[in-house]
Amino acid sequence: MTIHQLSIFIENRSGTLIKVLDALKEANIQIIASTIADTADYGIYRIICSEPLRACEELKKAGVAVAISEVFVISIDNKPGRAADAVKAFSKAGIDITYMYSFLNENRGLLIFRTNDNDKALQIIKENNMQAISEDALQSM
Amino acid sequence: MIWNPNKECMSRDEMSALQGKRLHKIVEYVYHNVPFYRNKLQEMDIRPDDIQTIEDIRKLPFTTKKDLRDNYPFGLQAAPQSEIIRVHASSGTTGNPTIVGYTRKDIGVWSECMARCLTAYGVTRDDIFSVSYGYGLFTGGLGAHYGVEHLGASVIPAGTGNTEKHLKLIRDLGITGIACTPSYALYLAETMDKLGIRKEDIKLRVGAFGAEPWTENMRHEIQERLGLKGYNLYGLSEVMGPSVSYECQMQHGSHICEDHFYPEIINPVTLEPLPSGQTGELVFTTLTKEGMPVLRYRTRDLCSLLPGTCDCGRTSVRMGRIEGRSDDMLIIRGINVFPSQVESVVLSMPEFAPRYMLIVDRINNLDTLEVQVEIRQEFFTGVFDTPAAIDQLEKKLASKLKSVLSISAKVKLKAPNTIERSQGKSAHVIDNRKL
Repeated sequence: MTIHQLSIFIENRSGTLIKVLDALKEANIQIIASTIADTADYGIYRIICSEPLRACEELKKAGVAVAISEVFVISIDNKPGRAADAVKAFSKAGIDITYMYSFLNENRGLLIFRTNDNDKALQIIKENNMQAISEDALQSM
Repeated sequence: MIWNPNKECMSRDEMSALQGKRLHKIVEYVYHNVPFYRNKLQEMDIRPDDIQTIEDIRKLPFTTKKDLRDNYPFGLQAAPQSEIIRVHASSGTTGNPTIVGYTRKDIGVWSECMARCLTAYGVTRDDIFSVSYGYGLFTGGLGAHYGVEHLGASVIPAGTGNTEKHLKLIRDLGITGIACTPSYALYLAETMDKLGIRKEDIKLRVGAFGAEPWTENMRHEIQERLGLKGYNLYGLSEVMGPSVSYECQMQHGSHICEDHFYPEIINPVTLEPLPSGQTGELVFTTLTKEGMPVLRYRTRDLCSLLPGTCDCGRTSVRMGRIEGRSDDMLIIRGINVFPSQVESVVLSMPEFAPRYMLIVDRINNLDTLEVQVEIRQEFFTGVFDTPAAIDQLEKKLASKLKSVLSISAKVKLKAPNTIERSQGKSAHVIDNRKL
């Protein structure tokens, strides 16, 4: 139930982000959601996009340091407290969330996160009747 | 004051005769005790008896850092291990350091030479003298320390680091002399400003500065800010350590302890000796060393020997300031660093492309070293999708660098193919320090 996320190493100087975005544009890849984890010297640009495996190959061809990470996407009501409920369930099960970001799709909130234990996370998602989004479903949004 | 007028003020003829006699002896000694030298001399058809005067030195082969590396660790040691009482190590050009063993007599000669330096600076038994070179494998700390003890002044083995505590001791103990790198002296001055300690509050009057190149401008600034007189101290571990040469009150060139270390200046390309006064590569032959003697060791330091006699009364030859290097060695915080050492570490880690760049700078009078490396595309996997994972990778390289270089470096990870491919050895280094 995990989906593919692109994780891209970019240096903190002008032009590096454009290089990545241009390569995605050339390959006709659509970005669904993205976020940057920034440090003083570099950033890690995380992207959920169409055709992630092909996108990864295209970026590699362009000389970009890119890797595929497995992340979960769960759909929640766009109401106060729903994200807290989801995170609490993982926390109670002792699962660490490595990072998380979110975006809105129509009336649904979508939480994207990576954990330190994907199998256990999937179990918690099922036990709590959370609505995990598959890669196919995400692509057709 | 002159510590040993018999040697330091010898007539030139007597000195030449002594050097010739000692050269013959040392060649005979290494011929019989170091296979490396014996093979080399036999190849050139030279027998110890062919070497009788100091002029005969031109017949002898040169020794290089590479020879020391190829014979790591004890290949060039002439004395049996039972006679070695101390071992120091300095940077090698690659992974292996250069190992130097000293006999009891060597330590005695070293202390004697160091006492000559200190006396020339005006240090006496009444002084309280702080040694702020690194203690340990580096020759600076213990070398200077034994010299101060031999002279009979009170030595404060301050070492490096903990500058605030050191300053407190300088003030409270009334420390009058200090041996350190010139950049550390400036850092001391800066820390004094920060702590509100004025130069009138301290009694420093003599500074023995060495282990890195410095300029007249730095000398003036240090003298002005610390209220002392600063003297040059030169040495290298392959020959002995600090005390190979020293400035006197004239501060015009550094007198070489040439009864122990015979200097030559050569053209680094043709290897031909250059006439007095010309700048070239400094070469030393140890005339009395037992542990690891060297014949015509190429220091790679570029300087000239100053002609004429000195007004201080010493007759020993003087060397001018080091004007540069004939190789790519860097001196960072007093420690010798070769780009090839960084290369060997980078090559040992498959995570990184075989490309690197050293950025050297001086910030608040402290040298900084940044090592830039490229992550290899195939090694950038999903594991590295957090800054914490990348920091860990940087730390892994930093700790390997620290163990090889003996100084800390900041590692900066770069994207693939962003470091220019090197066009030559100097293309690996950007040195932003303005001396």
